[in-house]
Amino acid sequence: MTSAQPAIGVHGVSHRFGEAGAARHVQALLDTSLDVARGELHCLIGPSGCGKSTLLSIMGGLIAPTAGTVTVSGKPVRGPMPRDLAFVFQESALFPWNTVSENIVLGMTFQGVAKAERRHRAHRALEAVGMLDFAEHYPGQLSGGMRQRAALARALSLETDILLMDEPFGALDEQTRMVLGEDLSVLLSRSKKTIVFVTHSLGEAVFLADRVAVFSARPGSIKQIIAVDEPHPRKPSFMTAPKFHALRDQLYGLLHDEIRKAMTESSQPRRRYDQAGAADADGDRA
Amino acid sequence: MKDRRTTQRRIWSRLVQIAFLAALLLLWFLAANVWGVSRILLPNPADVWNQLIDIVASGAFIPDLRVTLGELAVAFAISMSLGVCIGYLISRSRYLVKVFEPLLAAIYAIPIILFLPLYVLLLGLGPNSKIALGATISFFPIVLSTIAGFGYVDRTLQTAARSMGASDLQLFRHVLLPAALPVMLAGLRMGFTVALLSVIASETIASFAGLGHRIVDLAENMDTARMFAYIVFVIAIVAFLNAVVSKLEGRAQWR
Repeated sequence: MTSAQPAIGVHGVSHRFGEAGAARHVQALLDTSLDVARGELHCLIGPSGCGKSTLLSIMGGLIAPTAGTVTVSGKPVRGPMPRDLAFVFQESALFPWNTVSENIVLGMTFQGVAKAERRHRAHRALEAVGMLDFAEHYPGQLSGGMRQRAALARALSLETDILLMDEPFGALDEQTRMVLGEDLSVLLSRSKKTIVFVTHSLGEAVFLADRVAVFSARPGSIKQIIAVDEPHPRKPSFMTAPKFHALRDQLYGLLHDEIRKAMTESSQPRRRYDQAGAADADGDRA
Repeated sequence: MKDRRTTQRRIWSRLVQIAFLAALLLLWFLAANVWGVSRILLPNPADVWNQLIDIVASGAFIPDLRVTLGELAVAFAISMSLGVCIGYLISRSRYLVKVFEPLLAAIYAIPIILFLPLYVLLLGLGPNSKIALGATISFFPIVLSTIAGFGYVDRTLQTAARSMGASDLQLFRHVLLPAALPVMLAGLRMGFTVALLSVIASETIASFAGLGHRIVDLAENMDTARMFAYIVFVIAIVAFLNAVVSKLEGRAQWR
């Protein structure tokens, strides 16, 4: 395994929901290519419905693309790869009938971790996200931020090299997402994991990412990739640095026209159904 | 402080409930003994009490209770196994849910007791026609709640389980079943209640035996005191069974 080999390789991926030419088909992605390097945090950002969440699902083998290929550590993706990558979803996707620690143990059961090892690993994952005191709580007893921490612990316990995060902080308030972002940056600097992170938030993208892929409006493809050259862990002071603002403005400049395009498209009555369908398939619950 | 006030309020409403029932009993007593309503229409509460003691002590109720509970058990076993299996199979396909859910709900809305004469014609006056009616009526809440339980499990939870490598069996055992169970249990409880009601009701219409049959038989012989005693007895049995079923349902729920 050479270090030059990307963690995830996306080659000419297109995806369409529904049959081509059908009244309700949506071209979500068009000929998208992207290499995610080992150990980097790669953000995907773009207007709603641009296919960034679809691309994440394709990377994780949850959706088969209509064209193109994805490789993970050189292996072609044909279905879920629970040993190579773990997901964190927008809503925590914790099983509400299990406690936090049962949720984590169940994830490892699904993945096939030996029984003797599960407890120990669950403990370590809970420690990493600072949730040891909440191990026996049910998800319904936790705040949104705590639920996402627990979901992150579940993903960490699977000990995959790659984490795919689909707007994991999207449903949280501004302060909570800032704190969770800081924690994630610290975690990343320790664990050397490769993370692909879908977000709507410009600030979040600049604060967390090593590289940001900016998507165009539908049919989505990558318009430009911006590098954020700042070591992890990142401090809150980074958010007030001139570099942060310059990058944020650059991102906004790139996104501005695409967001307008996406808005006019979605306000055309006939297309509205498409938009809703695509957003749903996209994993966006707007 | 607040706790004490709610406890007090609860005790008060219990007292009012008891007083209401006591007032009804008093009215009954007055009507039978003071206002001179005919004994054939309205027996003396004391006679009813004595008859009730006699029914319980002599064990006269046993053959009828056995028939009724036997019919109920078979009817519920049939509707539960068919309802859960068919409901689960329908819930696996969006298309089948779209076709069958409204259809079953529409059939559920018609008074199925109308089929009793048909069942009596086909299966006779014995327990089989009661079983058929009880099973038919209780099938609908069970099948509909099973469809609702399994058919609308959060997609994100299923996707999450799949992404972590869950097999089909693990997905069923750890995601679909626990998600569906609360809704399904509510349907099973309701199915049990309507099965019990329809079995007793059909016994009163056309039958040879059972608690419903006994009550009608006593009415036709103008033995109203004993009939009232049987009614009280059936009410107690039904209340007991419903309490047991509710308890079982409550135990199986996750919070």
